Amino acid sequence: MATLTNRAKVLEQKPMSFMERLYLPAILKGMGITLKHMFQKKATIHYPEEKRPFSPVFRGLHVLNRDEEGRENCTACGLCAVACPAEAITMEAAERLPNEEHLYREEKYAAKYEINMLRCIFCGLCEEACPKDAIYLSETFAPSNFTRKGFIYSKDELLIPNPVTNKESFEAAKGQREQQLKNK
Amino acid sequence: MEMLAIDLSLGLEKLLLIGGIISFSLLVAMYTTYGERKIAAWMQDRRGPNRAGPFGLLQPAADGLKLFFKEEIIPLTSNRMLFVLGPALAMITAMLTSAVIPWGPTIEVFGRQVSLQIADVNIGILYIFGVVSMGVYGIMIGGWASNNKFSLMAAVRGASQIISYELAMGLSLIALLMLTGTLSLKSIVAQQMTGGWNIIYQPLGFLIFLICVFAECNRTPFDLPEAENELNFGYHQEYSSMKLGLYLFAEYVNMFISSAVVATLFFGGYDIPFVDEAALAANIGVNATAALGFAALFSKILFFLFLFIWVRWTIPRFRYDQLMDLGWKKLIPLALANMLITAVVVLWLNK
Repeated sequence: MATLTNRAKVLEQKPMSFMERLYLPAILKGMGITLKHMFQKKATIHYPEEKRPFSPVFRGLHVLNRDEEGRENCTACGLCAVACPAEAITMEAAERLPNEEHLYREEKYAAKYEINMLRCIFCGLCEEACPKDAIYLSETFAPSNFTRKGFIYSKDELLIPNPVTNKESFEAAKGQREQQLKNK
Repeated sequence: MEMLAIDLSLGLEKLLLIGGIISFSLLVAMYTTYGERKIAAWMQDRRGPNRAGPFGLLQPAADGLKLFFKEEIIPLTSNRMLFVLGPALAMITAMLTSAVIPWGPTIEVFGRQVSLQIADVNIGILYIFGVVSMGVYGIMIGGWASNNKFSLMAAVRGASQIISYELAMGLSLIALLMLTGTLSLKSIVAQQMTGGWNIIYQPLGFLIFLICVFAECNRTPFDLPEAENELNFGYHQEYSSMKLGLYLFAEYVNMFISSAVVATLFFGGYDIPFVDEAALAANIGVNATAALGFAALFSKILFFLFLFIWVRWTIPRFRYDQLMDLGWKKLIPLALANMLITAVVVLWLNK
């Protein structure tokens, strides 16, 4: 038969030799392999006690950032929502009142900011679009939930802890990666 | 009156022994399920159950409790009586075999000689054969009563498989019996204590017997009656709750008892290798020797249980025609040849 390419190989189908037909040597060989695996390093880790480190480019849940004085960075410009390919982000802007300078860094802020984690594809385009360093993707992933509504994260869930009043959780939410990148 | 007193204590002794052996085999079967899961995990580079109790040791209890608390369903179209009889029969036949296995040498309790064997019948092996072949009724009846095509197919497969392999099993044992000249398991063990283990004289017979034991226990590679991916769990597909548990459990009890039979027939039973039991008994006492003997038997059994599990997680299931091919065209002629050669050698040595 003419072959289309010259890579075709003729399959040899020899009758099995006596040793092969005995079948037992092959079984013993297989049993040797499984026995060897019994003493090998396990691929599984004890999950909740032991966790695998995330890669430096891991993109997890979003975090809304604050500056060193604890003021929100976001100005509700809407660039993240425009950049979002999954249309997961919605926001409403509001104007900062005279006595709210300690809460928001600039005159405009996001009164409402929601991300639908079921729509989000964790591409990180919002992080790239943000001119104010206000949103970035952290090192955790969305925990399970009983309702769809529970996956729509509002501003209180997204906002990072205040670095002035709660420095420890702020550092924890920032994660290890920034530190690692700085060290490099 | 004195006769009655002796009979009473004999009855009590046997009753205790039966209770002890049954609960012991159930316990071992329980932990064989745990061992199976653990060893399977290790062989696949996993860790196995480790959440229930230290090292997951309470896992079998959790599994058993789960089965007890599950809803019990008897299909409307099934034959109710037979449906219940199936798992009961599987379990009963699995336990019955333990009666003739000598679990250790004689011990002394309050000056009485107590044999660690429930019944030393002089046809011990025939009894085992009879009861083991009854085991297929559990599968047959269960599969038939379920009124389900898959179950019925599995039942038919199981029956034909066990009939095919029982022949080779019996033939391989005939060769062994020609050497020992007795059917009583206790005297077979006694002969092996002085004359060396039967595996030395009957290596081929042992191999055939072992393969047939795998087939009789419905273990991989002979687990066609419950082939998950072709028959959808086969004969116990319609079973739920503890009736399913009994089927699964009977398999492990069967494994335990079969390991004990193999160890008794070919590996000297409670014989401690390279040790003279009589001298040992004179030194450390009869009961301590019996305990050591039982430990020796138990470690042999554990090895065979490990072998069962090891083979299961190594090789895939036979195709049905391959199974029949192996049984009828390979094992039976081999067993016949083994029998003839043994007969010739025995005759020649006697002359």
